[in-house]
Amino acid sequence: MRNGTTHCRYAEDVNPAFPAEIMAKPGGEALRDCIQCGTCSGACPMSVHMDLTPRRVIALTRAGLERDVLESATPWLCASCYECQVRCPRDIKVTEVMYALKRRAIEKGMYPKRFPIPVLAKAFYNMVATHGRNSESRLLIELAFRTNPFSLLKMAPIGIKLLRTGRMALGQDHTKNPKEIKAILDAMEES
Amino acid sequence: MTAYAYYPGCSLSGLGKPYDESLRAVFGHLGLGLEEIPDWNCCGATSYMSVSEDKAVALAARNLAIAEKRGAEVVAPCAACFLVLTKAQHMMAEYPALAAKVHTGLRAAGLTYEGRAVVRHPLDILVNDVGLDAIRAKVTRPLAGYRVAPYYGCQVVRPYGTFDDPLRPQTLDRLMAAVGAHVVDYPLKAHCCGGSLTGTMEEIGVRLNFLLLKEAKARTANVLATVCPLCQYNLEAYQGKMRHTFNEDVSLPIVYFTQLLGLAFGLSPASVGLQRNFVTAEPLPAMA
Ligand code: SF4
Ligand code: SF4
Repeated sequence: MRNGTTHCRYAEDVNPAFPAEIMAKPGGEALRDCIQCGTCSGACPMSVHMDLTPRRVIALTRAGLERDVLESATPWLCASCYECQVRCPRDIKVTEVMYALKRRAIEKGMYPKRFPIPVLAKAFYNMVATHGRNSESRLLIELAFRTNPFSLLKMAPIGIKLLRTGRMALGQDHTKNPKEIKAILDAMEES
Repeated sequence: MTAYAYYPGCSLSGLGKPYDESLRAVFGHLGLGLEEIPDWNCCGATSYMSVSEDKAVALAARNLAIAEKRGAEVVAPCAACFLVLTKAQHMMAEYPALAAKVHTGLRAAGLTYEGRAVVRHPLDILVNDVGLDAIRAKVTRPLAGYRVAPYYGCQVVRPYGTFDDPLRPQTLDRLMAAVGAHVVDYPLKAHCCGGSLTGTMEEIGVRLNFLLLKEAKARTANVLATVCPLCQYNLEAYQGKMRHTFNEDVSLPIVYFTQLLGLAFGLSPASVGLQRNFVTAEPLPAMA
């Protein structure tokens, strides 16, 4: 992944259509109103771990620097805590912009490589589309297999405690008629 | 008897079982009915929103449609479920094109949703519907000796929670004080626990939770009360790892606010699922 802080950006790095596309998504409307005050970055509990702070993500998005933001870990580190959004003095829905960027990254296959979070999101999506409910333990196991099987060993002590306290459901839970969920999702696909 | 449509969500049948047990016990004790929404489906949580927004809204709307038919207010105890269900309502009201697509999906399953469902968090119901006076009247064993750090996390109060301040909430503080606990001043009360980051980016998730506990300890808390199954899990399950990583013992019992209420009402520790917590009743201060 390119380091967001050190490389130069040129005119050809700009996708001029990108800002309008994000602004067309629910929550993206006010992007242009950002005054780059940095309140979002200051409030964000994850910003110390991010390659681009939320403020920079907003700036790069509206500048059309699509690759910078989609290959950044930032949207994926966003825990959806809405701290930035409720504090923003310009009513920018920063959290919703992060969601729009995640979806865009998945669509384009441009998320940071070997990064577990998009993998989890997709595994979760498939589990619910098929069964209607999610089983946390299965999801974590699947995630570990796809990204780092050794992490399962590290998880074992917690897993054992969860089993002992009756808090781990090992079976796959599902709705009575998972086809109903599929019918909803398929009908939306066609509409 | 007021009856609510109960949306347990996936967490409350697994990780959050003690939340489910204590919620049912407390609601039952107060004469509030909880009827599980028949054949509810997963709310989609934050992951579904990250893949497809309109489908995430549709998944949530299926539950709302079923609940609406029954005409009762929906109780969603998990913070992520509460957020997603309320967010789906906001999105459908604000974005007609998205709503149209969701309606198409629902129709394919023979469902309609008119936007009338009301989604509530149990904290809101207990403080604002039942009321602190009625709660106080039920206390048989005041929580003397409990120094509670009231922890709200994020999604119950932000951005759609309407019953409290999104950054400096007070509801849980008042509820805990009403049942006799000493409530410590806890400035991190509405800070994020990282949600599923402990599962995906463990170092980052563990560090966040370490800071939350370190602050609670510094504020002399001897127990931390949560309103969300994911917060409870993150704060509780990684305490061993925290000690190992940061060489500092910040261990603290992490309990659901409903468990504490149940204890104050004189219910047995087992009936509020206390034996399922990793850090069990023993380190809790002795009951008065
Ligand atoms: S808080 Fe709002 S206005 Fe300030 S930098 Fe962030 S998005 Fe821009
Ligand atoms: S919603 Fe995301 S970007 Fe905003 S403060 Fe929380 S973690 Fe940071």
